[in-house]
Amino acid sequence: MALTEFDRRLITATQHGLPLVPRPYAAVAEQLGVSEAVVRERLAGMLDEGLIRRIGAVPNHYRLGYTANGMTVWDVDDALVDELGAKVGAMSFVSHSYRRPRALPDWPYNLFAMVHGHSRAEVEREAMQIHSLLAEACRNFDILYSTAILKKTGLRLAQA
Amino acid sequence: MNMPPELSATSTAPALLLDRIDALLIDRLHGGLPLSERPYADVGADLGLTEADVLQRLQKLLDTGLLTRFGPLFQIERAGGQFLLAAMIVPEDDFERIAALVNALPAVAHNYRRTHRLNMWFVVAGETPQQVSEACQRIEQETGLRVFAFPKEREFFVELRLSAVAALARRESPDNGGVHGTH
Repeated sequence: MALTEFDRRLITATQHGLPLVPRPYAAVAEQLGVSEAVVRERLAGMLDEGLIRRIGAVPNHYRLGYTANGMTVWDVDDALVDELGAKVGAMSFVSHSYRRPRALPDWPYNLFAMVHGHSRAEVEREAMQIHSLLAEACRNFDILYSTAILKKTGLRLAQA
Repeated sequence: MNMPPELSATSTAPALLLDRIDALLIDRLHGGLPLSERPYADVGADLGLTEADVLQRLQKLLDTGLLTRFGPLFQIERAGGQFLLAAMIVPEDDFERIAALVNALPAVAHNYRRTHRLNMWFVVAGETPQQVSEACQRIEQETGLRVFAFPKEREFFVELRLSAVAALARRESPDNGGVHGTH
């Protein structure tokens, strides 16, 4: 479960990005002083274990035109939140959905669903679909729009 | 590479600097880069591009900030780590100074300004829950503000796969409406 020393080195070598060279895994291997096969096998293992979700691109969704990004938050009956949360999470326009603790009195919401659209009107139409699904189980809700990305670097392990 | 974009989301229509091939490439890469010897060549072959085309386009997409990074997306929870969503109530007239203090911590992976009294929302990542909790304490000490912690109690669905192709089609034909999220 815990990271091995080699895992840490592999993560710190790739967390900023994979080299944009024809043989990226060979380049990482050279940096780490191991063979390319070792790097590729361990990355495959990390994918199998879920330690790597995928090797891919992280788009800046604002730049792609998804300029309205609503964090919709819902105060849902505790007895129903897991069942309803799974249904909300399955909606096509919801990218992430979680149950989280409330922080009363400042924060009454226990279900979070990120919704992305090209306009706030689109996000609001989507939020209304969630509202219909939650029906009486929902006591209150809000939509928090992001108005600036202040930082977006992802994980940064300290150098081993 | 992979510089954090200092990008305001308040402008109505940010310039979309990608063409259809870029969009296809981004969407193709949502499926993951293969673990082959020449992965960029293999992805290119799927799309009718040379390896050099793929590398050049990816570099340009990173340089222009359309991609914030390219590489393995780690889920450190699977190795005992934690990603914690946290928020603060930051006075508007002190927002930039506080944002700089928070962003200066390497443990802060993302940070967004949002429309609520809780107006700063950030993700603290660490190899252990203890590291995350220490980072939160440090933020409280340095800013003098309370950090509200919202740990995941249950995950219902997580996959950010906004289609670049759909975004491009939408922009070229505004009546095409509503199509996004590729599945």
